[in-house]
Amino acid sequence: MRLVVYLPLVVSVLAAVAARPLAERVPPRTAAWLLTGSAVVLAAATGAGLGLLALSAAVRLPPVDALGGMSLSVVRRDDPAPLPLGIAAGLLLAAAAAAAIRAAWLRTTALAAAHRRARCLPGTGQVVVLADQAADAYAAPGWPGRIVVTSGMLGALTNAEREVLLAHERAHASGRHYLFTTAARLAAAANPLLRPLADAVGYTLERWADEHAAAVARSRPLAARTVAKAALAARAAPPRRPASAAMMAAAAAPASARGAGPVPRRVAALLRPAPRPRLLLVVAAVVLIVICGVSVLDAARDLHALIEFAQAAA
Amino acid sequence: MPQENGAARRAAGELEAAALAVLQAAGSALTPGDVRERLGGDLAYTTVVTILSRLYAKGVLTRSRTGRAYAYAPVADEPGLAARRMRGLLEAEPDREAVLARFVSGMSPADERLLRRMLAEHLAEHPADQPADPPGPND
Repeated sequence: MRLVVYLPLVVSVLAAVAARPLAERVPPRTAAWLLTGSAVVLAAATGAGLGLLALSAAVRLPPVDALGGMSLSVVRRDDPAPLPLGIAAGLLLAAAAAAAIRAAWLRTTALAAAHRRARCLPGTGQVVVLADQAADAYAAPGWPGRIVVTSGMLGALTNAEREVLLAHERAHASGRHYLFTTAARLAAAANPLLRPLADAVGYTLERWADEHAAAVARSRPLAARTVAKAALAARAAPPRRPASAAMMAAAAAPASARGAGPVPRRVAALLRPAPRPRLLLVVAAVVLIVICGVSVLDAARDLHALIEFAQAAA
Repeated sequence: MPQENGAARRAAGELEAAALAVLQAAGSALTPGDVRERLGGDLAYTTVVTILSRLYAKGVLTRSRTGRAYAYAPVADEPGLAARRMRGLLEAEPDREAVLARFVSGMSPADERLLRRMLAEHLAEHPADQPADPPGPND
């Protein structure tokens, strides 16, 4: 079996390493599309590669050949994958498919429930103010999405800063950002090597909304100050959460040894000039992903041709 | 900068949100004049009356006549209650991160120190960036 079926695994590892630096350097909107697209293509290519390994091992079994009407001697002249490797690949593929289906089911029900509840929020406007001293603000997914802000958060910000916050959340809602996180998380469920990619997608979506808010406010320092003040207000008056959610958040908060967390990095990015397009970097990444996808398709075509040849020879 | 002409260009939804926040923070019924004052005073009186009557029409506010004007108050904290219930339900979802796009995520103590230092350095270097508009109504 050609080595090319392992290429998606190699590129997945490479992408996992490159995801965070890319998310910091490439303009966030481009980065979000690039990283989400890469995650989806790599997950599909990894699955296809595993499938090809399993299939190429299966065709050397006499019963499979008899069933498919193939000539065993022709099939064995090519270099089929050894049987244990084929079985391992088949099991991995089954596990990946099961994980992806489970993640898709969980996410679909969660999104549907959120949409149902968002529709039941009072008023007809997009923005809902919640009388709560805890400082919190979020966009709930939906068609259109709704934006919930607590009075505690509004009170911590000036009028101009409130506009930044609302512009940020509107960017999430109008850009359908939950579709990006959904696609990236499904890809990471199927191929756990891609988890850093899915995390980086979440970060680029926040940066995308930050850049949009800075453009609306026509002031990067104002946007930076808003994110910083909101984060400090949320820390001073944290939203009440179920214990399990609070534990999850604590686990997600990065240790100091691993560098600054997402909020300081977002503020620092807003205090710098807007990121440059980085065309060369983006093109290089796209070319690598395309090569990876095309070579797996090529391997699939080769295997298909071999099977047809063996069938003709039988 | 948006402070100069922002009030006129601010979307109606944001104004409604700000007016509702003022009323919820006040704890008592307010006249359009009171609301206008607490919103920073850069809005026309008639604009504030329009916002408040729109919120009243949506059933978010109640009103009672005081002299020549109406005084407005939030409807028995019900919007807050419903939204709080929604958040509780959302956060109980197994796939919580999927459904809430939070403005700011959790921070470690190290992040907080870093953020305070960045904010202080930035304000020291660019004192002109200090907010020119009045602080929010709850300050």
